[in-house]
Amino acid sequence: MSMIGQVHVKNNQYKIKGDFHHFTPNTPIRNADDAWKLMGVTNPRDMTYMHSYGGEALFFESLSQGRLMATRCDNPKCETKGSIYQPFRIHCPDCLAKMTPIDMTNIAKKTAKVHTFMVCERSGAFNILDKPIKFINIEFDGVCTILMSYLSVGEPKMGMRVVPIFQTLDPTYTILDLAWVPDGTEADQLPKGFSF
Amino acid sequence: MITFSDRQLSIPKLMRPVYLVTAGQSKFDRAFPGKRTEELCIDALTQAAEMIDMTPAELKSYIHTCYYGHFADHFGDQLLGEAVIHDRLGLDPLGNCGVKTGGATGGTTLWEGVKAVASGYSDCVLCMGWERMDEVPTDEGNFLISCAADKDWESPLGHIYTGYYAVMAQKYWKVFGKEEDSFRRTLAEISVKHHGYARMNPYAHGPMKITVEDVLNSPVVAHPLRALDCCLMSVGASCGILCDEETAMKLAKNAPHKPLRIWVTAGSHTLRPADRRDMEIPLLPNETKDQYKDLGKKFPGGERYPGFTGFLAARMAAYYAYNQVGIKDPTEDLDVIELHDAFTISDVQTYEDIGLRPYGCGRDYVESGDCYHTSPKTGKPGKLPSNISGGLIGCMHSVGATGIMQVFEIACHLWNRWAEVHGDEKRWKAFGRQKPADWTDLQVKGAKRGLAISHAGVGSHVTATILMNPENLIKKDA
Ligand SMILES: [Zn+2]
Repeated sequence: MSMIGQVHVKNNQYKIKGDFHHFTPNTPIRNADDAWKLMGVTNPRDMTYMHSYGGEALFFESLSQGRLMATRCDNPKCETKGSIYQPFRIHCPDCLAKMTPIDMTNIAKKTAKVHTFMVCERSGAFNILDKPIKFINIEFDGVCTILMSYLSVGEPKMGMRVVPIFQTLDPTYTILDLAWVPDGTEADQLPKGFSF
Repeated sequence: MITFSDRQLSIPKLMRPVYLVTAGQSKFDRAFPGKRTEELCIDALTQAAEMIDMTPAELKSYIHTCYYGHFADHFGDQLLGEAVIHDRLGLDPLGNCGVKTGGATGGTTLWEGVKAVASGYSDCVLCMGWERMDEVPTDEGNFLISCAADKDWESPLGHIYTGYYAVMAQKYWKVFGKEEDSFRRTLAEISVKHHGYARMNPYAHGPMKITVEDVLNSPVVAHPLRALDCCLMSVGASCGILCDEETAMKLAKNAPHKPLRIWVTAGSHTLRPADRRDMEIPLLPNETKDQYKDLGKKFPGGERYPGFTGFLAARMAAYYAYNQVGIKDPTEDLDVIELHDAFTISDVQTYEDIGLRPYGCGRDYVESGDCYHTSPKTGKPGKLPSNISGGLIGCMHSVGATGIMQVFEIACHLWNRWAEVHGDEKRWKAFGRQKPADWTDLQVKGAKRGLAISHAGVGSHVTATILMNPENLIKKDA
């Protein structure tokens, strides 16, 4: 029957295959309190987008390979030269120079700490994380920003040491390929598909 | 540590005075299955005309430019919804422009309107805001709201905006609230106050007679926040008419009130809180450099600014606004305010960002009784009443309309027309709502100056709108 929409790039053009939308007929909305008179209609829609990661593609590809990449401004003329950014940022926010990607997996393994957190009982449509979701914001030594992610094992606490884990088996190539667990967690406690 | 240039910190100046002549709004509710958005916008504009004893057609003949605040196109499933409203209001072929800055959309719409009048481009501007949040169920609505976060780095994490926001609340709760039960009760008092004031407001979507215990027993959304700590999700429209002095006086010739002076300033901060770098606290006129020296000692974990506890955008909007109009101390110089109480805890955070209390001491604004119309502890008038409309928790959060609703409410106090507008039996009836038997006049007596803070999500955009009776300016040439 239908085939999931798929895309690759050839000669700098998107090449698409399969269905990028699915049709569902609309239905009337009627008033049960007033002789079922017409009040409106439903508008179903299901559509697939093509989204470019641009200069951040390296970050998302690296997650699937078990590496956490950041960027550093190496512009000698920049006032904040040497600053390291996580979230991975393509250009320096101060001088706008293209920054240097660096592998910060080891910095994360050795220094990641929970800055703040939130245990959230709710989610929105299309969520695929288990609930409650344990949002954590992570600070690292020598990094000037604070990454948002989620804790997949245990209970979060401020100041707690955590280490990154990566979905290297069947990766989604999204930010969900990165999660965190308390320092000292054993490999057999990790969720399916994830490794240190 | 990041810094800003003097040029970036220079105080805004209007090229000529701008006046708020009139304003109006629709009923606010969770859903309007029987009304199109344009019907709500027409309700708002019709009220604005009635407030100055004019017909809509007469008022329209003055309008030269229109700004429309409407945040979420995908909620209403209509791109260029502004053009639809503009046509239905019968305002073609006038120039019009859509404005969107998340939760601050209403405030930003006024910001644009003020600049159009101040520059001389237009003598009369319509600022209209609305939101249509009832065309999808709650789960899908949460998904659509989460699209306002970074789509690669945040939204895939649960598609739930509350989660991205509440990490900031959690940090404030721990560092400045010290996880104290007494602070938790203070937060609950804010909800009781706002739902309670909403009972006196016929426009309000969330009136409730509740107690602190009710708030503390409501379901947990994200610890320490409970359902009754959170704002409403509403549908509705509100508008304001901005003019230069000559047009303002002409329009208000037969009106029961005089036009008010208006100023709007704006600030911003990164969409992802993750990107917020450490910096020195920018100071407001009522603060000194020394006072925050030991903030990290008094509140361990509070050494990073703004970290995850302060809203730099609100601080900057207040910095520009206070210096522009000559406010030295907001609690002394202002009489009534409306704040963006998306959550009880963010209300407290904002008290500090806009200098009602120093950083770390926000809760005292509630505990002192200053924030009330009439303090429940002393029975005396509060020093600087806030959110008498009921705010986002009790009155509404119809995103694009919210910042304009706040200004309408402040203006009612400054015009001394609060009771007339909110007590009118006919209005209660027209909205299908029961006026409570214990309805109370919440007019802030003798109010001359007010402030409204319009705020987007994690603090990406914030505006500060100041209204003053022209006879009570602080700085004559502001
Ligand atoms: Zn740089």
